[in-house]
Amino acid sequence: MNIIEFKSIIKKFGDFIANDKIDLIIKKGEIHCLLGENGAGKTTLMNILFGLYKPEEGKIFLREKPCKINNPHKAIELGLGMIHQHFMLIDRLTTTENIIVGEEPLKNGLVDMKKAREQVKQISDNYHLAIKIDEKIENISVGEQQRVEILKVLFRKAEILIFDEPTAVLTPQEVNNLFTTLRELKAGGKTIIFITHKLEETMNISDRVTVLRKGKVISTVNTCDTSPKKLARMMVGREVLLNVNKEKGDLGDKVLEVKDLSLIGKHKNIILKNINISIRKGEIVGLAGVSGNGQLELEECLTGLRKVTSGKIILGGDEITHTPTRIRRKKGFSHIPSDCLKRGLVSTYDLTKNIILGNQDSFTKNGFLQQNDINEYCKEVIEKFDVRCQSLNESVNNLSGGNQQKLVIGRELSTNPKFILAAQPTRGVDVGAIEFIHNNILKMRKQKKAILLISAELEELLSLADRILVIYEGKIVSEKNNYTKEELGLLMAGKKASDEEILETGNRIRND
Amino acid sequence: MIKIFKKYENSIYSFTAILLAFLVGSILIHLSGFSVIKAYSALFDGAFGNVFNLTQTLMNTIPLIFTGLAVAIGFKSGLFNIGGEGQMYLGAFATAIATIYLSFLPVYILIPLVLIIGGLAGSAWGFVPGYLKAKTGAHEVVTTIMMNYIGILITSYLLLKYFKEEGPIPQTALIPESARLPELVEYSRLTWAIFIAVFVIIIIDIFFKRTELGYKIQTVGENRSAAEYAGINSNKMMVLSMMISGFVAGLAGSTIVMGVLHRFITNFSPGYGFTGIAVAVLGKNKPWGVLFAAILFGALQTGGITMQLFAKIPMDLIVIIQGLVILFVAAPILIKKLLRK
Repeated sequence: MNIIEFKSIIKKFGDFIANDKIDLIIKKGEIHCLLGENGAGKTTLMNILFGLYKPEEGKIFLREKPCKINNPHKAIELGLGMIHQHFMLIDRLTTTENIIVGEEPLKNGLVDMKKAREQVKQISDNYHLAIKIDEKIENISVGEQQRVEILKVLFRKAEILIFDEPTAVLTPQEVNNLFTTLRELKAGGKTIIFITHKLEETMNISDRVTVLRKGKVISTVNTCDTSPKKLARMMVGREVLLNVNKEKGDLGDKVLEVKDLSLIGKHKNIILKNINISIRKGEIVGLAGVSGNGQLELEECLTGLRKVTSGKIILGGDEITHTPTRIRRKKGFSHIPSDCLKRGLVSTYDLTKNIILGNQDSFTKNGFLQQNDINEYCKEVIEKFDVRCQSLNESVNNLSGGNQQKLVIGRELSTNPKFILAAQPTRGVDVGAIEFIHNNILKMRKQKKAILLISAELEELLSLADRILVIYEGKIVSEKNNYTKEELGLLMAGKKASDEEILETGNRIRND
Repeated sequence: MIKIFKKYENSIYSFTAILLAFLVGSILIHLSGFSVIKAYSALFDGAFGNVFNLTQTLMNTIPLIFTGLAVAIGFKSGLFNIGGEGQMYLGAFATAIATIYLSFLPVYILIPLVLIIGGLAGSAWGFVPGYLKAKTGAHEVVTTIMMNYIGILITSYLLLKYFKEEGPIPQTALIPESARLPELVEYSRLTWAIFIAVFVIIIIDIFFKRTELGYKIQTVGENRSAAEYAGINSNKMMVLSMMISGFVAGLAGSTIVMGVLHRFITNFSPGYGFTGIAVAVLGKNKPWGVLFAAILFGALQTGGITMQLFAKIPMDLIVIIQGLVILFVAAPILIKKLLRK
């Protein structure tokens, strides 16, 4: 049965056509991936389905009957449920309270918490969605928060679940758990629409895939009949190299040295312990780890945003352990921050002001900013790093996520640095931009820069890095030139890689 | 069309807010049993009707320009400086006292010098909350409010103890003629202070648009994490911006002493420092926006007195209209909805 059918849906924002005559059929009981780059129109289409946007033209059929969905309430009534990328949870309330909010079971006009707990428990048992039912949201992990979101939707008796880029915030382990859940939901008769721009995931989880590009449906295919390469081509519209070619380079002098760096937290907890890293000219060192194992803190220590407890940081022969961030930058320290929106950009500024950020004094004469020089420089950066924009003076907010990331990377690579700290440089970025970013990082390597690549993406690390360190609970647990994917995944999860286990996970990953 | 709208978006919202405030105000006037036309014509006449009224309006505008700018400068670095009132008192007091000791100087040195002294006194008063914020994280709203009390009372105390003129009124002696700002229109108290105010607007506008320091301060205000990431010392910038803000608020006091009162009197201010917050909000924290907002509030203040005298409509209505303007400015979504229709 066709549970949902979109018929020539058109949605415009001003002159921009977000959805251009979309025809799409979702079958009951399938996991259907909507694949496309950022801005391809995936989320817009789902927001139309969920009653958040009104399409200019077109019809939606639900269970083979035409229907009008004017608002999310109607959508929920019709059995639709959406799990947003950014969770809609109230931090101060417990999981149960968050799940029942708006649909509270009542007893004498008061909320019947006992019944609520029972109901939540039952659904959570049915689908093996383990949560602590009386814990506050602020105290649980991101993966568990997502389970709460799913339960919230199931509590409202949803038959069709829409997941908007659900893996963006998850660790590899949590992704595996989520996929298990999705399969169970499918086995329970639910229909799942899965929005993503990641090829691996699509191949892994879906029954059918619809590729969107620039607001149009390119094609709908059975997952078993396609390959990541084919999907990438449909998605980007040209051939994409999924694996970058890396030439072997000669290594030069040591550029960055971290010696016995430790960081003790406020509550005397050990955040980083005896970290030793050394990076030479023309070398990319990868730091692998599931987020939350001290990478962010290490990033902040290296840049001078956080004071280290003990140890030394040496850049090009000078000790910079206690040097302010400004001076580190002067000495040739470039930094692509892991939280690009929070640290890397000032969202209310235009492009030029963002491009000179951190380098503003190079454009200053007698205290005044030299606007002509700035414009010229910015034009160069934007051209070189293919930042797609309408003008230099538009707000950086108008750019898509990928272009914002390219802007930050362009800014940091254009200052002729000695050392580049690239933290999660491709997080949340689509395939086309990832390829571009990877090539630029390799270009830097060719120009004999030293690079520390902090990442949670196994493929990225394996294809770019000359050497990989694995960080787990604030300690470097392994350092090697070559890893298998399985080995690296296990080490990141804190397991000693014995041969047996590798074999086992290997099988599991393959079976997935 | 849309582009033009985008460019002047802020101004359009502000003007719509003012219109709405007057509209709701007219309903209130009507409900209270007064004639709307009579009330508003008296208000307008009182503010702009003849040269004298106009000079009065501008005279009332000047301190609001300074205090409004002061709040706007604080906002640029992300700080809410409610301490304009106290900083202004310090500026006024310092200027008044300085003129006594420096009266031997020639005019062209004396006037700029005592202005700067007033500014520095305000600056010192702004420094304290800025420093506390940087060092201890103490919230500037709390500390600036406290500094207001301290500022107003300490100037009173010093006045009564050391500088009070003979007589029943707690005030200093008149400042020397050479330290008084020249009148622009005879027998009015509109002085050269208006040029000083406009000059400061220009300086502040250029400061934030063109200078590196202005850029750094704004970056701290817009996104402190990003500023620190870029190697900008956010604590230093916050202290600096509070000092600049205090300097400008101090000038409000200096120009009142040098142009209007010609002495320091306790409790001389009808709350210019606080009205400055409203001025900054209406002016969207933009220097030139502050000018127009200050003129509006100055006009309401001046015209309100005429309205009360001749149309017999209580001055409170003016306060209500001022409040409504801020309410509508602070509710841009409401106005957006109205404009879309």
